[in-house]
Amino acid sequence: MQQLLTFTIIGLSTGAIYAVVASGLVVTYTTSGIFNLAHGATGMLSAFTYWQIRFDWDLPAPVALFITLFVLCPLFGIATERFVMRGLQGTTEVVRLSVTVALFAFMIGLANWIWPNDASREAFLKFFEGNSISVGGFNVSWHRLITFGCAVVVAIILRIVLYKTRMGVAMRAVVDDRNLTELNGGRPDRVSMFAWGISASLAGLAGILLAGDQQLNIEPLVLLVINAYAAAIIGRLKSLPLTFLGAGLLGLLDAYYLMVSDEDWFPQSVFGFSLSGVRAALPTMVLFIALLVRPQSRLRVGTTKLREANDVPEWRTAILGAISLVAVIVGISGMLTRSNTLLLLNGFTFAMVTLSLVPLTGYAGQMSLAPLTFAGLGAIAMSKLPGNGNLISLAAAIAIVAIVGAIVALPALRLSGIYLALATAAFAVMVSKIVFNQRQTFQTGNITVPVLRVPFITIDSPRARLILASVCFSLLGLIVVAVRRSRLGRRLVALKDSPVAAATLGMSLTRTKLAAFAISAGIAACAGALAGDKVSPQQYDFTQSLPIVLLAVVGGVSSVAGALFGGLLLGGNSVLATIVPTVKNLTKIGPGTVGITLGRNPQGAAAQIGDAFRPLTEQPRLIAIAAAGSIGVWALDATEIISHWSFFVASVVWILAVSPNLAALMSAGSRRRLVAGVWLAIGMAIAAGIDWSTALDATGKRIILTIGLVALFGVGAQRVAENAPRVHVASPDLAGLDANFSREDIELAEQKIGVVL
Amino acid sequence: MPLLEIRGVMVRFGGVMAVGGVDLDAEAGQVTGLIGPNGAGKTTLFNVISGMQEPTAGQVFVGGVDITRQAPHRRAKRGLARTFQRLEVFSSLTVRDNVRVATELTTILDVSSRVDALLERVGLSHLADFPAGDLPTGSARLVEIARALATEPRLLLLDEPASGLDDSETERLGRLLRELATDGLGVLLVEHDMGLVMRVCDHIHVLDLGNIIARGTPNEIQNDGAVLQAYLGTT
Repeated sequence: MQQLLTFTIIGLSTGAIYAVVASGLVVTYTTSGIFNLAHGATGMLSAFTYWQIRFDWDLPAPVALFITLFVLCPLFGIATERFVMRGLQGTTEVVRLSVTVALFAFMIGLANWIWPNDASREAFLKFFEGNSISVGGFNVSWHRLITFGCAVVVAIILRIVLYKTRMGVAMRAVVDDRNLTELNGGRPDRVSMFAWGISASLAGLAGILLAGDQQLNIEPLVLLVINAYAAAIIGRLKSLPLTFLGAGLLGLLDAYYLMVSDEDWFPQSVFGFSLSGVRAALPTMVLFIALLVRPQSRLRVGTTKLREANDVPEWRTAILGAISLVAVIVGISGMLTRSNTLLLLNGFTFAMVTLSLVPLTGYAGQMSLAPLTFAGLGAIAMSKLPGNGNLISLAAAIAIVAIVGAIVALPALRLSGIYLALATAAFAVMVSKIVFNQRQTFQTGNITVPVLRVPFITIDSPRARLILASVCFSLLGLIVVAVRRSRLGRRLVALKDSPVAAATLGMSLTRTKLAAFAISAGIAACAGALAGDKVSPQQYDFTQSLPIVLLAVVGGVSSVAGALFGGLLLGGNSVLATIVPTVKNLTKIGPGTVGITLGRNPQGAAAQIGDAFRPLTEQPRLIAIAAAGSIGVWALDATEIISHWSFFVASVVWILAVSPNLAALMSAGSRRRLVAGVWLAIGMAIAAGIDWSTALDATGKRIILTIGLVALFGVGAQRVAENAPRVHVASPDLAGLDANFSREDIELAEQKIGVVL
Repeated sequence: MPLLEIRGVMVRFGGVMAVGGVDLDAEAGQVTGLIGPNGAGKTTLFNVISGMQEPTAGQVFVGGVDITRQAPHRRAKRGLARTFQRLEVFSSLTVRDNVRVATELTTILDVSSRVDALLERVGLSHLADFPAGDLPTGSARLVEIARALATEPRLLLLDEPASGLDDSETERLGRLLRELATDGLGVLLVEHDMGLVMRVCDHIHVLDLGNIIARGTPNEIQNDGAVLQAYLGTT
């Protein structure tokens, strides 16, 4: 009885923290429709800020609390709403969610930068450390009491704010109907800002309370807050009382499990599977169940629709792209040092995992936050299957994981949008905590995945593995293209564009989603199975999946090129951090920063780069010139006329500065052509003519110089060559409003209306 | 036996009775009109028939089979197809692929020639390779009709197909509907263009505030006192 009381108190105080966190999530979701995955990271960052003010600068606790919770947190929340979230009105759910992932990555990077792990960190003390009072014979620490008290106060304040103040009434009006509120003179934007401010403070409060209870560490703080998702879902993302109830139940469940698992009769394992990870996975299990028992959301008509550039990829382009990718890798792989080869190899592994999101997220519009979980399962299957890494075991590993993926995804398939994304998150956490924890999977913390054995070829060097990875990526890319061009591909896109129309035409949405999940799981499994090295469970953790999802969307999740770009960007980020130590800290916030700009460019970066090269690809003559130049530079290196570093600088300048300008150069007037041409020639001469391996001593300086050369000569030549006035390409609806109609506007408008074609 | 039978269908949203116990039949080979002022419950009734809204009470039969609890995609297999008042084209697919997806859900034979024939029939051949999301409303409505026809339905539900169409397109739509009826299809038409409704319908049901207030031929409806009152208010 005594024990029960003790654990009830522990449970309620844990639940109190969940309640504070979850109510913040609900407040922002209801007012702006954005589920803030970065909510936990906000709490983490404020816990660190509080620590900085309170323990490092030694200010009194009330001052530190006031500054953190009532000044910095609201400011941060308001800034987030104003500069990041507001731009996301009317974008797809995938983009909205990715931006919060970006924010998440940004804040973790920032915390890593400002408070590096190795810095001597004074202890984070609980409030009134050491003081406790006796409740029914059990000593309850003041910290626990305060935690519990905070939740009660938050509940009361939220109740008053929402029901008794003008702002609260406005908030509830926005929840009911945003457009109607605006028509009636309400200011939804201000309401959202207010909501984000409150939400950040709530996250901050929870973060500080948690840090006192646990430790001041980045990952546990972020993850513990993820547990609160379950409470928010129990509250159906809108009811605060239900959310508080859910949070309480979650806390009690955790405490009681802790109590009974200590008993002698409680089994350590079931059928040889250890139960050690179950406690950590409990909240996500509740999340999973809460999502599944959610009443089925009805198919809706008239949801937000955006046309995304999703042209059917042509076979010719796809095959040419695949061949040139492998050719480039074969060409340059001989020049790379061993460590750079391994880093690039790593980039290709990321790219394959990113590719697994193309059919699922890019084509079918279903968000998964668990791509690496499937890669991890693939790695395990490959290492456990007999055959020591031959092609048959690879095929078997892919098939097994695809089937497992489909079976596990089956219950979640009736979900969509944010709920599906959260279900995949719950799945990822459950697998990391329970499956990857078993003696049968990652017995000693890491396992060795055998290198793929292909008949007649020995793949033993890192270089051979890199080439193998590029071949595998190309093949998988071609498979993805084949899927898009098939009957299934059209169904996937139809599912994304209008689930309701697809259903009324006779398509089983569940079966289509199932196919998308199976394909995606299979591709991810292939990436894992090709690891060919020692791997650890941490590599496949949920938190590692988030940057992958983010960079997939940044690169452009609806194309194979976008996946390659995103994957290499993620790999390149770590390359940059290793070779240029001065920008190491910047690379920590890099992925987050590029992701935050997604609101402006939802198509992804690959599409934008593609646009820059479009004039080039339309003229075979120019492609030939561009290719000849690249081969020429490579030949100079192969014949050892120039050094590897000069080859690197010259290739980058040729590809990024010269090639995109070729079309403009050809069409420019003779004088401009001469000036721009000479300018580019000087650039190439500097890049290739100087031996950079001796001229500059550090790798970082060489890379910065390369970027400088590209900017100076590329942009310079573009300015000179493009004498034609910029064609004003606005939306046809706006033509004539901000500038007079031009000939082009009229043609464009006629085309759009369908008058002429 | 009528192709579509609606028996006592009632839909209640909280305290609002959107549809209050409606009985309605639609015959094969006929165009059946469903008209009524805004908010009469026409679209709600459509949603009940196509499975996007579960009725509070009542049953829906197609060809004598009770489909009230079937999932939308199963109803499609029973020969039900619909278009939407608020457009639901697959906006990132081309016009051709919009129709193709639907055709492929029905058959695996002669897909291309069937698609081409359908595009020809609704007059969209010249826009076949255009992304459907870029089309003006009128053409997009035709895409929805072609797509619905691609599933080879027995009963076609059209929700305001003429809104956004110009006069000649409306004329053409009217002819198409008559042709479809001649081919033996049942068509249930919700439409505000009274000229079109009176021209093409064999039978008309008038819905007001969730209840049928009149039924009959176009001629009878035009002279019905209750209908005039519903549309023009008490005089």
